[in-house]
Amino acid sequence: MGNFDFGVGLAFWLMNASAVLCIVYGVLYWNKDKQEKAIDMTTWNKDEDKINEEL
Amino acid sequence: VTFFENSIIILYLASLGYLGFLGYKQTKNSADYLLAGRDTHPFIMAMSYGATFISTAAIVGFGGVAAWLGNAILWLTFANIFIGIFIAFAVFGNPTRKMGLRLNAHTFPEFLGKRYQSKFIQMSGGVLILFFMPLYTSAVLIGGTQFVATYFGVDYHIALLVFSTIITGYVLAGGLKGVMFTDALQGVIMFVAMAMLLVMTIYSLGGMESAFSKFAVVWEHTVAPLANTPMKELKPGSADFLMKLSMNWGFQGWDKMPQFLSEGWLFIVTTITMGVGLGVLAQPQLVVRFMTVKSKNELNRGVLIGGIFIFVVMGSAYLVGALSNVWYYEFNEGKNALQSAGGIEKVIPHFINSALPKWFSFIFLFALISAAMSTLSSQFHTMGTAFGRDFFEQLSSKQFNSLHVTRFGVIVMIIISVGLAYQFDNQPAVIARSTAVFFALCASIFLPAYVGGLFWKRMTKKGVIASMFVGAFVSTFWLLFVHFQEAKVLGLCKILFGTNSLLSGKIIFVDSLVIALPLSALTAVVVSLLTKPDDQAHVNKCFND
Repeated sequence: MGNFDFGVGLAFWLMNASAVLCIVYGVLYWNKDKQEKAIDMTTWNKDEDKINEEL
Repeated sequence: VTFFENSIIILYLASLGYLGFLGYKQTKNSADYLLAGRDTHPFIMAMSYGATFISTAAIVGFGGVAAWLGNAILWLTFANIFIGIFIAFAVFGNPTRKMGLRLNAHTFPEFLGKRYQSKFIQMSGGVLILFFMPLYTSAVLIGGTQFVATYFGVDYHIALLVFSTIITGYVLAGGLKGVMFTDALQGVIMFVAMAMLLVMTIYSLGGMESAFSKFAVVWEHTVAPLANTPMKELKPGSADFLMKLSMNWGFQGWDKMPQFLSEGWLFIVTTITMGVGLGVLAQPQLVVRFMTVKSKNELNRGVLIGGIFIFVVMGSAYLVGALSNVWYYEFNEGKNALQSAGGIEKVIPHFINSALPKWFSFIFLFALISAAMSTLSSQFHTMGTAFGRDFFEQLSSKQFNSLHVTRFGVIVMIIISVGLAYQFDNQPAVIARSTAVFFALCASIFLPAYVGGLFWKRMTKKGVIASMFVGAFVSTFWLLFVHFQEAKVLGLCKILFGTNSLLSGKIIFVDSLVIALPLSALTAVVVSLLTKPDDQAHVNKCFND
């Protein structure tokens, strides 16, 4: 890339590589985690309801 | 302002109003107001994170720094993408979300407070935000308002009032939902404008290869001749003075890294790349975004969206900043960017007005306004939650409705921030340095507690408190009495000791984070190992469903 020296050239290519990494990671894990949706929000919702009731 | 421009402005404001109203309609309880109901769409979450991350100062300020110091600043873009997005989302995101849910935490200080069962930790976090974030906020407010005032030719104070009133409206009504909806719209505007800016700049310079190959020629003709000119012959603050200063710091060209371990190298690596790039991991207004989604999938998708967003927006700002030197050299009588624009902060606005068509200036104005508003709205919200949830509610023996208290906190903190923006509009350096203080304190105080809280069960409350004290003390000392930028501008060292810094040599270019963070982290580990482990049942609750 132009006349970039090693330090700047490395930053340039690492910047591009990290963007590609984000894209690849996002695509690979787009829908990988279905079981996570099972996390129970009821306790949290109950706490919220309790506070609101008290108020 | 033409009829067409007026129409676009009205459409923009109407869109913000509608999105704020949408947030208001969907806000039914404090969880909605503080955490956007924990079911935010990944696109909105990632765009909101990115738009909050990038303020006007990041585009105009760091774009100007790129014009001054060159492409070495691309290390920051790399850090922003790799650390600020990939590590933040893929490593920290899901553990934060899950632990936040288990502990019923609504804010970042509350998250830390509940993880370590300490009101002190929560309130300290709140106080740090309440003291320093208004300065950071006023810096963003001053920057955004100055653009609006200059472009529309209106009085700064009137512009400030109108600007802050608009943001207040949708933050107050819509809470985090309103903030994130508007952030997403503003993020799209920023993305489109910055992508266009990069493409148009490279096109005007005859393509990428041609544009990037000319840095050496421009440096040779506009900066290298200064090599034999003594600094005292140059007017302080002038373009040539700044370029000569960069040479003295070890910079050798816009396409080269400064000499290894020179002042410039330390500045780029420790202050710009690590100070800003690493510091972002412990920013309260960003961390809270991880708690707004319902599953890890949203965070995974956010990596893709946020990565592309930061790559385009920050990459464009820095590349265009550096490339403006080539453009000015070719089209402005052989001058470089600083010689043409007259100052670091003036480069990007001057370049937009000189090099690009008038219609694009209008689009770019929206990008800058959007960058400022998206950061400001999140800051207002975070300060409001710190005031209400982390400070007021913790101090009070009575229980209050979080929603009302937070709304009250938002109003108080907006008034303080706007007051500071009124007071300090002629002293941007003090405000800008105070922003650096906030970043440094966040990293050295919060980061060990946050990382340990997420990944190390043995981390104790006492370890965290000790680490917070060490981080606060070392950071404050380094910023007030050593670091070449803050110590000089804040002036306490000069008043007490008659000198700008207690140390001399290259060490004063080392960022406080590099000194304070390792010490604070080490303290956390040592004190945790030397103290009794925290209640095992609570630790299990933090880590297990």
